[in-house]
Amino acid sequence: MNLLTKRNSYFLLVALVTAFFYSRDASITTSVYATGTAFALPLALAAMVGIMCERTGIVNIGIEGTMLMSAFVAFFVAYITQNILIGLAAAIATGSLMGFLLALMAVSWRMDQIIAGTILNILATGLTSFLYVQGKTIPSVFSAFEVPLLSKIPFFGPVLFIHGALTFLGLAIILALYVAIYHTSWGLRSRAVGEHPSSADTAGVSVVRLRYINVTIAGAIGAIAGAYLSLELVGSFERGFVAGKGFTALALMIFGRWNPLGALAAALFFGLAQAYANQLMIDQVVNIPSQFTSILPYVMTIVVLAISAGKVRAPAAEGQPYEKGQS
Amino acid sequence: MSDTKIVTKEVEKSTKSFDVGSWLIPIVAVLVAMSLAAILIKLQGSNPITAYKSLFKTAFGSVEGLGITLGKSTPLVLSGLAVAVGLRAGLFNIGAQGQLLSGSLAAAWAGVTFDGLPGFIHIPVALIIGAFFGSIVAGISGLLKAYRGVHEVITTIMLNSIVMGVADYLASHSLREPDQFLTRTSEIAPSAKLPILGSLPLGFFIAVILAVLIWWILGRTTSGFRIETVGRNRHAAWYAGISVKRTVVSAMLVSGAIAGLGGAIETLGVTYRYAPAFNLGLGFDGITIALLGRVHPIGIIPGAILIGGMRAGAANMQFDSGVAPELVDLLMALILLLVTAPLITRFFKNSSNKTITSGWSN
Repeated sequence: MNLLTKRNSYFLLVALVTAFFYSRDASITTSVYATGTAFALPLALAAMVGIMCERTGIVNIGIEGTMLMSAFVAFFVAYITQNILIGLAAAIATGSLMGFLLALMAVSWRMDQIIAGTILNILATGLTSFLYVQGKTIPSVFSAFEVPLLSKIPFFGPVLFIHGALTFLGLAIILALYVAIYHTSWGLRSRAVGEHPSSADTAGVSVVRLRYINVTIAGAIGAIAGAYLSLELVGSFERGFVAGKGFTALALMIFGRWNPLGALAAALFFGLAQAYANQLMIDQVVNIPSQFTSILPYVMTIVVLAISAGKVRAPAAEGQPYEKGQS
Repeated sequence: MSDTKIVTKEVEKSTKSFDVGSWLIPIVAVLVAMSLAAILIKLQGSNPITAYKSLFKTAFGSVEGLGITLGKSTPLVLSGLAVAVGLRAGLFNIGAQGQLLSGSLAAAWAGVTFDGLPGFIHIPVALIIGAFFGSIVAGISGLLKAYRGVHEVITTIMLNSIVMGVADYLASHSLREPDQFLTRTSEIAPSAKLPILGSLPLGFFIAVILAVLIWWILGRTTSGFRIETVGRNRHAAWYAGISVKRTVVSAMLVSGAIAGLGGAIETLGVTYRYAPAFNLGLGFDGITIALLGRVHPIGIIPGAILIGGMRAGAANMQFDSGVAPELVDLLMALILLLVTAPLITRFFKNSSNKTITSGWSN
């Protein structure tokens, strides 16, 4: 087994840089990494939505809208019922419905998938800005709690094990999706449908049914990402709340080569970069105008894509409607 | 060669055909969207009939109202046109927003800086500078698409946010109006202000002339033919000796220039300055308008006027009936959903739901 692979050398580099910063100021480094993880989670979860859809051959550009709609529903249902768990459940139902709608447009109606996703985004913007009411508050948020024992580990404890419930749920989903894609028959079937649907069909896999199921479940995952924003990270809702995270997630998915752990690593890198930029501003080490730190993730998205596109290969049947009998 | 012949025929058919069926779809879509929104208005406890009456009376009920409507329609015609030009080349430019913003900031800068020029020079100079900056922003996406294979949907949407951040920064630093509390640029010189003819804004005529020009270019010139061919079948275009990469970049440049011009006209004719966070939805409205007009350069004009009218009447509607002006956003979303849903398009059988754009990789 070759331990000095390219991937391992990246990990080593990150570990060395982290250790260097940690040795200079332990508490600030820990808090930057914890904030970075919190920033990274919605991006990583949203990237899972993209992975689940694209592995079966459906391009989902409506992640942004799915997150916006479910963040909205989560917040306002939690406000009306005064219960954040009911808010979360309503958000998951909404997200699944958005996923189902995408499947309906992309699979059954064989619409252009990019336009179908854009419709979800515009629909979510229209509905949320029309129905939005200012100045409402929710009774509580999914507040951070310390996992016994694990949270006492220096550095890793505070970074990974002091978070709200939705962070842990999100991390569990990402790990579960990784296992499911590469080590279950469902994962094998999904990948087959995304690469060569007619072969999968011949082998007895229902392309249409699998695409419906995956895109709908992906919608539910997108809903958890949205609910995380409004019920855990921020605790409120504003118009245009998701701010492009759904699109950044697509870049992370490509950068992570459609692999859940790859996308998670890319998201952590993004989250950390943002947390560091924020910390630099707070410390007044460098005088960066706030407008420039706020566009950092968008610039990084374009740079990352310009570097990685062309070197990675998307699922082969992506974006094409499937008709029985085609080759 | 047979491939290219088929493309030629298809292109000719699409630019010439003007059949009734495909024009019924947008009308039905608008009516159904309004009925659906009426149910939501009713659920909110307001009267939908009062709301719609007020909405359209303000917009189309008087000459002044019509002037305001056409003023609001101008950037919509241009952002719809920008999206349509992109779609014709098989590119989904959802960054009309950022291109429009950069055009309006650049025009504001030109309007302030070149004080002293006579109006008939100052206005065209400011408009061209606006179009130029819009085209640069779109050109970045075009280059990334052609030479790095990065999908334009992601780069254009990211550039929307980047342009907004940079424009905010410029408007609150180097281009900021001196000694003012608000972050905005100074008012442009009087010589740069677009005149209003009677109560009809000059900008609207520029937009309509441009739409006709684009229609002529796409249907009657070699460059237009290249764009249409690349949009319909990249492989056939390549086989016929058309440079797909150059066509993609130039289509994005044209698309961005149109959007930038829309922003410039908005600055020179309506706002007279640039202030952060104004006109946030215009670029996205362009998507709905382009699809509502069946991606036809002239077909987008009625849709733009309809939506411009709703934007013009929204404030009065809130005053008369208590319905939030965001109703227009909702209506646009529903219209977009319905106009593209094959449920109605199949009902009027002649239009196919062919794929306009393609997946990530090509």
